[in-house]
Amino acid sequence: MSLKKTPQDQDTAASKSGFSRRLFMQGVGAGAGAAGVLTSTAEAATGDTQPVGPDPVKISLRINGQAKQVEVEPRVTLLDACRNSLNLTGAKKVCDRGTCGACTMIVDGEPVYSCSMLAIEAEGRDIQTVEGISSSDEKMHAVQHAFVNNDAQQCGFCTPGLVMAAKALLDHNPRPTRAEVEKGLSGNICRCGTYVGVRQAVLDAASRGGRRGD
Amino acid sequence: MQNFEYIAPTTVDNAVKSLGSEWGTTELLYGGTDTISLLKERITTPSRVVSLKNVEALHGVSKAGSGVKIGSMTTLSKLAADKNIAKSYPALVEAIEGIHSMQQRSMATIGSDLMQRPRCWYFRNGFGLLATSNGKALVPNGENQYHAILGNKGPAYFVSASLLAPALVALGAKATVAGPDGSRQVAVEDLFRIPSSDKERETTLKPNEVLTEITLPGTKAANATYEVHQRQLFDWPLTAASVSLKMKGKTVEDAVVVLGHVAPKPWRSSEAENALKGKTISEAVAAEAGKAAVASATPLSKNKHKVQLASVAVKRAILKAAGVSA
Amino acid sequence: MAINYDWPSQSETKILGKRFNRLDGPWKVRGTAEYAYDRNLDGMLVARLVTCPHAHAKITAIDIEPAKRVKGFRAAEIINPVGTELQWTHQEVLAIAADTEEAARDCANAVRVSYEVLPHWMGDEDVKKAGEHNRVQPAEDKEDGDVVKGFEEAEVTHEGYYGLAMITHCCLEPHGQVVDWKDNGEIWVYASTQAVSRISADLAKSLTEDDRFKDVKANQIRCITPVMGGGFGSKFNIDTWGVACAKLSKVTGKPVKLMLDRREELAVAGSRPSDFGHIKVGAKKDGTLTAFEAETWSTGGVAGRGAPPLPYIFQDIPNRKTRHLNVSTNTGPARAWRAPNHPQAAALTMTALTDLAAKLDMDPFDLFKKNLGFTPRAEVYSAEMDKAAELFGWKQKFHKPGDGKGHIKRGVGMSIHTWAGRPHDSTCRVSIEPDGSVTAALASQDLGVGCRTAIAAVLAETVGLPLDVVKVEIGDSVLPPSSASGGSTTIGGVSASTRRAATHALRKLAEVVAPDLGVAADDIAVGDGKVFAASDPSKSLSWKDACRKLGTKTIAEMGAQPARDQGKLNDSGVGGVQMAEVSVDTETGIVKVEKMVAVQDVGYVVALEQAESQVYGALIQGIAWALFEERVYDQMTGAYLNADMEFYKLSGIGDIGELVVHMVQGPYDDRGVIGLGEPPAISPGAALSNAVQNALGVRVPTMPMTADRVLAAIEKGGLS
Repeated sequence: MSLKKTPQDQDTAASKSGFSRRLFMQGVGAGAGAAGVLTSTAEAATGDTQPVGPDPVKISLRINGQAKQVEVEPRVTLLDACRNSLNLTGAKKVCDRGTCGACTMIVDGEPVYSCSMLAIEAEGRDIQTVEGISSSDEKMHAVQHAFVNNDAQQCGFCTPGLVMAAKALLDHNPRPTRAEVEKGLSGNICRCGTYVGVRQAVLDAASRGGRRGD
Repeated sequence: MQNFEYIAPTTVDNAVKSLGSEWGTTELLYGGTDTISLLKERITTPSRVVSLKNVEALHGVSKAGSGVKIGSMTTLSKLAADKNIAKSYPALVEAIEGIHSMQQRSMATIGSDLMQRPRCWYFRNGFGLLATSNGKALVPNGENQYHAILGNKGPAYFVSASLLAPALVALGAKATVAGPDGSRQVAVEDLFRIPSSDKERETTLKPNEVLTEITLPGTKAANATYEVHQRQLFDWPLTAASVSLKMKGKTVEDAVVVLGHVAPKPWRSSEAENALKGKTISEAVAAEAGKAAVASATPLSKNKHKVQLASVAVKRAILKAAGVSA
Repeated sequence: MAINYDWPSQSETKILGKRFNRLDGPWKVRGTAEYAYDRNLDGMLVARLVTCPHAHAKITAIDIEPAKRVKGFRAAEIINPVGTELQWTHQEVLAIAADTEEAARDCANAVRVSYEVLPHWMGDEDVKKAGEHNRVQPAEDKEDGDVVKGFEEAEVTHEGYYGLAMITHCCLEPHGQVVDWKDNGEIWVYASTQAVSRISADLAKSLTEDDRFKDVKANQIRCITPVMGGGFGSKFNIDTWGVACAKLSKVTGKPVKLMLDRREELAVAGSRPSDFGHIKVGAKKDGTLTAFEAETWSTGGVAGRGAPPLPYIFQDIPNRKTRHLNVSTNTGPARAWRAPNHPQAAALTMTALTDLAAKLDMDPFDLFKKNLGFTPRAEVYSAEMDKAAELFGWKQKFHKPGDGKGHIKRGVGMSIHTWAGRPHDSTCRVSIEPDGSVTAALASQDLGVGCRTAIAAVLAETVGLPLDVVKVEIGDSVLPPSSASGGSTTIGGVSASTRRAATHALRKLAEVVAPDLGVAADDIAVGDGKVFAASDPSKSLSWKDACRKLGTKTIAEMGAQPARDQGKLNDSGVGGVQMAEVSVDTETGIVKVEKMVAVQDVGYVVALEQAESQVYGALIQGIAWALFEERVYDQMTGAYLNADMEFYKLSGIGDIGELVVHMVQGPYDDRGVIGLGEPPAISPGAALSNAVQNALGVRVPTMPMTADRVLAAIEKGGLS
């Protein structure tokens, strides 16, 4: 994978002068004070030699095709930024350790555990959340229709994550076998035990091509 | 998670300069999920996190002579999809496929896999890498069902977490490491060490060194990985084995056998390798090699089963590499 | 429209007992369902707990000052004051609120709590060792008949050791709530709860114990829970963190969100007790059971718990003696977990009977059948066993234990179960508007089982309208009260209250419409969106036209369960049979589920597809606790080592094999509606353990049947 070039990839004054050990030590030692010395902006977030934070940093996230501005500390995960700052609460916080898949989002076309990606790391990338794949209860993604038709949700807390994982799977492999569905969704955990419906739903959605809003 | 400042340099040099010279002052983000978990648990509390995501040179796979070079920021999903890798290095691809979770494979990079910290639940619960409380080692008489059966004379009892390392060692991979004094190359095997104090880490990297590249030599050797999982999919291996067999006709001319999740580092078994040399692979020969691999195992109070599981993993990896059905 | 509550025959129903989509499916798949965790109110603060790192310790000092210096700090509420003896790891000390989630964590981390560490005990399986540490108390002794004589009469006796580890609920939405204590004194609680109608009284009572809040009344408090992310028996109460959250909201004047994190959820929010024991059973050569003896022990935390009902199902075996001991451990305490005590009882009984069958050289299916007379519902079990055997291919698949070549061995096992599932109290209000819209309103809750959908099905069928046009309002304590959802009591309760309320509302409509149709109100019937004369269906109005006759009046009628005018709407007591097929890799000890069949009666089925889903779920949960799940504690430090979702292992989608669910419809419809949450959750472990025994020819005595336990059993059995 190659990252998109940002303007900051060109040499900046700071990198020309070299990022000195002394400046770094100031940054570490000064803690929050460092932010006062260094620019704490979205531009700096992708900068080469100047750290941002620990105070909140303005970043821009492209979510469901829209640019969203948030101001978050560097430690804030993409999941928390979405849930707490943008009120996008479809993705759930369950294990919060990249194990259960309830927080699954699609970033640059790949499914990710948004609980384990810093929001600042997602800047400049194309982020899709469960909110972005349907416009109403009637106009849902084929995967969502199939989930409903196969009773693939009980308490529903794992469901948005499973829906996003299933969508990502079908985006990459439109006609998966049952075994491929199981592998593809193995990174998502459901406690109520909806897997029979989920497995069937993904196979159903696949046979309909997995197209949007059918 | 303790707050930190964040930097995402675009060059390896700047990344190196951004790192502290003592462990714990800075952490590197190779892209995987583990560092974030460690930060959340406050197992590590750096004041700065250095992300490698913008170092373009570290992304991607390219040809290098008869082999390949893999940037440390190459994701596992890209790696598994690479045709050259799939053709020559099934051991590596099988190790990646053993992770199953799409999300994990699209986030983890070869660098994050190699540099992830042990999953030892004492370590993760704040008892330190060597898992002690009031100076007493907790593992030998504790809950050691997932712990080491080899290289476990103490003080380290954890098992190396890397899922790709056994395959990379079996394939003779080399790692390129960049530091303040320039670059050096080491065998992947030598990236790992068994720490003797809590101040050390389980790798030979210095705090201000960056793993930049993995080089795989061209190989015609038959190779494979076999992992034993408790759950059918997406679970840490209980044991794993990667083997590479250089064949001369039907005879094994040379073999590399590496066990995973049995020791504080990827465990190369010369005993198993010797048991294979000059032999024609059969189930009996593979089983002998499996037994040889664990002949010197010293299980702890609750992990005797891992001796058997390691032996079986070796046997099955050999049969898989040789294309012999069990 | 004469008042007749009885359920319509399912040969005539349009909706009840049929397949349809759940109403809240679209909200859940779209991420628009609003869980407690998802509430983001204006100005809301976030609170975190500070918990005890020790398994047993006395709090000697609490210093909140460092937290006050953290940017964003708002307030702290002590839950357990200095001097309190804490009895398990991660027990709550205090809650702390701050502007953001990150700040709240920083604050919690900054608080300094000092402890006097006290001796702890974590182990439950080694009862002798626990006894040496003074951690064992007798809990129950029972004897019926003469066991000595019973075993003398036996021609074959089997004695074995069995058990299963303590597990936890691991609700995906953790316990917690948002509390908004408004300026006008109203306290709105958005809780993840299975007891919407109970929260007001529960929270009020707890608040009044604190002098600062002694005037709080239950009628200030409103609980709002339209959806919730799983409970399984662990979410009946407001809990200490809910009370602290309310106090924080009051003292800060802001809404406060406090949800447990995953570690806390796994550590303090409920467990299912373990059970271990020696079981002895005797039988005649023909398989007739003559005696049963059990000495069992378990832990549900520091406090005691009830004994498992032994012998399970075969409760009338002539001579029985059971003894149960409680092991006190410093582990997060037990809470109801689907079918309390029954999964353990099945795992201790059905296993021993299967091993006895092996000794008798009998197919356990035949041994179970032979002894159904000792069960309370022989005919039900007999019919269900036959159905399960047919769906499963039992007679083709069963083989002598351990038979089979190669290192992958297949095996089959079975278990039977029961649960009462009697209806809880419920009240419902059904309204019919002049425009024809219809609503059922009740303060019940949907734990994800499909309660909302089942209520809609009852309402729609009763008023003769399609499912998607009726409205159901639940999950709000201002609505007519319904009891907590526990013990499989909900469906019996809410279906009856809804049925009665809808019937009453229809009667009112009939009284308005009857004169227009020129018939008596008793003659009015509904169906297919029409209101018509039963004696002459040509006299009819469309539903909308009929409702228009109401003019400006809205009909709103109540229905209740229990009610004086009964109608045969519900009952209690079900059977159920499950069979499992596994393959066991004898070299690795890895057990793989190939197939499971569940045959389940629940009386009158309301929502077939959601009922099936609940049984699938029970099987999948059962696979998890049979094969993977256990709480792992370190004896030396008392640490709960796997309080995460990586090593506290739940089933994944790859672990479930082929699952077949058969809901018995027809034979027991006239019993009315009976609860389903617990029954199918009982047998999976016993059936899977028996399947492994059949595969290997040796018993893996304790669950979860992880590789280490399976390999140890193989080695002990001399098979390796």
